[in-house]
Amino acid sequence: MVRLLRQPLPWALAALLALTWGMPLLKPLFAAAFPALDRPLYEQDTFAQLVWAHLQIVGLSSGIAVLLGVSAGLFVTRQAGREFRPLVETLVAMGQTFPPVAVLAVAAPLIGFGEAPALIALTLYGLLPIVRNTIAGIEAVPASAHEAAEGLGMSSWQRLRQVELPLALPVMLAGIRTSVIINIGTAAIASTVGAKSLGSPIIVGLSGYNTAYVIQGAMLVGLLAIVADLGFSALARWVSRWRMSEAG
Amino acid sequence: MSVDLRPANRVLLVFVLAGLVAALSLAFLTQAPNRLVSGVGVPLRTLLHGANWALVLGPFALLALAVFRQSSVATQGLVTAAAATLLAVLVWLAGAHAKQMADAAEAAGNSAGRTSFGGGFWVWTVLCWLAAADAVQRLKLAPLGRTLALAAVLAPVVVLAASGELAALSLFKEYDNRQDVFDAALWRHAQIVGVTLLPTLLLGVPLGVAAHRHPRFGAPLFALLNVIQTVPSIALFGLLMAPLAALALALPALGIGGIGLAPAVIALTLYSLLPIVQSTLTGLREVPAAVVEAATGMGLTPRQVFWRVQVPLALPLLLSGLRLTTVQAIGLAVVAALIGAGGLGAIMFQGLLSSALDLVLLGVLPVVAMAVAVDALFAVLTQWAQRRQP
Amino acid sequence: MIEFLGVSKSFGDAAAVRDLSLSIERGEFTVLIGGSGSGKSTTLKMINRLIEHDAGRILFQGQEIRSFKPEDIRRRMGYAIQSTGLFPHWTVAQNIATVPQLLKWPAARIAQRVAELLGLLGLPPDQYQGRYPHQLSGGQQQRVGVARALAADPEVLLMDEPFGALDPITRGALQQEMARIHRASGKTIVLVTHDIDEALGLATRIVLLDQGRIVQAGTPTELLRRPANDFVRDFLGRGEIGIKLLGLETVAARVRPNELAEGEPIAATMSLRDALSVFVARSVERLPVVDAQGRPLGTLYFADLLRSAV
Repeated sequence: MVRLLRQPLPWALAALLALTWGMPLLKPLFAAAFPALDRPLYEQDTFAQLVWAHLQIVGLSSGIAVLLGVSAGLFVTRQAGREFRPLVETLVAMGQTFPPVAVLAVAAPLIGFGEAPALIALTLYGLLPIVRNTIAGIEAVPASAHEAAEGLGMSSWQRLRQVELPLALPVMLAGIRTSVIINIGTAAIASTVGAKSLGSPIIVGLSGYNTAYVIQGAMLVGLLAIVADLGFSALARWVSRWRMSEAG
Repeated sequence: MSVDLRPANRVLLVFVLAGLVAALSLAFLTQAPNRLVSGVGVPLRTLLHGANWALVLGPFALLALAVFRQSSVATQGLVTAAAATLLAVLVWLAGAHAKQMADAAEAAGNSAGRTSFGGGFWVWTVLCWLAAADAVQRLKLAPLGRTLALAAVLAPVVVLAASGELAALSLFKEYDNRQDVFDAALWRHAQIVGVTLLPTLLLGVPLGVAAHRHPRFGAPLFALLNVIQTVPSIALFGLLMAPLAALALALPALGIGGIGLAPAVIALTLYSLLPIVQSTLTGLREVPAAVVEAATGMGLTPRQVFWRVQVPLALPLLLSGLRLTTVQAIGLAVVAALIGAGGLGAIMFQGLLSSALDLVLLGVLPVVAMAVAVDALFAVLTQWAQRRQP
Repeated sequence: MIEFLGVSKSFGDAAAVRDLSLSIERGEFTVLIGGSGSGKSTTLKMINRLIEHDAGRILFQGQEIRSFKPEDIRRRMGYAIQSTGLFPHWTVAQNIATVPQLLKWPAARIAQRVAELLGLLGLPPDQYQGRYPHQLSGGQQQRVGVARALAADPEVLLMDEPFGALDPITRGALQQEMARIHRASGKTIVLVTHDIDEALGLATRIVLLDQGRIVQAGTPTELLRRPANDFVRDFLGRGEIGIKLLGLETVAARVRPNELAEGEPIAATMSLRDALSVFVARSVERLPVVDAQGRPLGTLYFADLLRSAV
């Protein structure tokens, strides 16, 4: 229990949950800090609703991105897909030069406003780190392990599932982590295209010169990103536990 | 010429098939009577009258045939040339059609008509580019050769754009209408990024050196920088607004505000610290201990060892960190437009809010071009710095 | 058990194996030896279809290997390689259990087999079962690699330069293990190496390859006494052929029983080559010989080193 208390993750999570439901309690604080505002607290939606909406957008887009990205990465590292690898790597490199917001900005006029362009933009942009890291992770599997697995009689599917994926997982997970963290940030800007998220108080606050709104939204989305990052960090440690055992 | 009916180049096959599907199902251009109404699709075949058939089908047929040829320098060269030609032809056709439409509209007394790029245009241009890039990659040239080849593929398009042939297209009309705004935004964007680099280097490099000299300082430093890196950019901008506004009230002489350049530069500097500190530290770490030992043994003072041995050897890694930082900053500065910092992001968001794709592109394409140019520049610089290393 | 009939394999324009015909009998310890590029590894890998042969036929237990699914044939053969290829994310026990698990053995049988093999290779099961490969030394890793190859009690054991990356002492220990395992189990083993001393020490049959062809095949004694040509002579170490012949036999074969000599005794299991070294070091012509329990067995005369084997 004590060891749990010394980890940052429980504290960050507690702070996030506290702020999510407890923000109205801080209303007097904001009122005092910004006396000129007649609406110091964002009240169009509850913060819990906003956090949930934000999680939904990020969760859905990241989920699809993981499915598509890992599949693409696996495909180009198989014999059959090797030919397509330079193409995939070029596409990923090209995509990296676009700021994530740009994908959002291009999607909206094409698709319309609302959740749809946000989901599409986040999924597309989220693919990049996942594809890159899937390829890198698979490449990092030692050739001797490959040869032994094949020589001992594993089929290619068994090799993939029992040897390649478990060994590539830490690197793949790092890519998923990057993708999710970026998505959390981009989803905040998705409010500009009419998607409800933690960015809504920020955007409304910016256009209405309401700094209190901005701070409320910023605190929550910042905490959400930190909690996610810490969570992935813990997951990464758990996945790599075989590596952690003392060297003989 | 031997033609085996099994495809030898499946990547090119995918491109060719995708192109066919796009030509048949997506609009190449869109035509609208004015800015506010969304346009009517103009399929590719409308543009293919007279000699245009040959101009488009010629290169396309060459690409389709190349699918079945075994890879060789000649084949890949042919593919590159065909793709480049097709790209130039399509761009020129778009411009010519737009001009035709504009002249006709002008004659009818309506000067507000717009011809814009349609989905088909984007799909085709991207496919042509990817086909050329794939063929160049199969040629296995050195990096410099590859860059030159790709620049040659783009050159006709750049020439067309500069020569005014494409002026009737809505994207270019938007540029014409807002040239001064655009130029100011471009300059401002470069300014934001440029102004960020100085404090970044002044803070980041010493921090990296300190982390190298005092390893125990490194862990908490990186923990802090990681937290900063994790916080979404818009949140960091937002959180800086209040304290900076308060500071501005207290010390108006500083000339900063809660919105505008100050929070943008401060936030961007904070984001840039992690890559710079990281690459400085790694760069210094990678200097072989044996080299430092030898230098010290030869009688160089610690300061001389640092400047004459460690810095030059760590330079390539530092440059790659700086490259990452600058490209990242170019992208982040786009978001800074939301807090009033200006820059190309302002144009992009304006286009976003009024659902005008052309404005969005007017903001996004220069950002991408800037990022690519900076990336290429740093690649050359890094290569130069590495020339002096084994 | 394994037959090569006119087998050839080329990589691009380079021929790795040319028209090779070879017969490997049950229970033999066959060593494929040669320099780099001789085709020895290629030949080994064609047995378990890691490399597919271009021409000719390869038979396993009388059947064409192409009539089996590759996975099935590999699970019937053990495979151990120089870099071990142990799976870093699995414990020693899980690594050894690889093929039994593929063959869906019951858990109890797998656990028993893992313990048995660890014991066979000198690694106490309680200590080593739960360890991860990175916690083992190079020699221990290779022992686990061999255990893993033997796990499903395969009909054939294929080994590709398994001891090449080890220090001489560990290598020697593991070579002795292999010899012991072969004697105890009578398994058919095919081992690839470039080390002639390893081959001479382990093989019941040596196949010397050069540029994809067999130069000579035979027992170690045959190769040493009747080398087919200069290439074989050079490979065996021209100037050392006599010494190597001595290395093939032990003192026990030449000892004169019931005679006693003075001085510190030598073990009956010592090779004649080592005995020669003792003779020269002590400048004597007779050495007392004892058995494993230290009881006197007789005397070895220097002159008897030259006698042909009885």
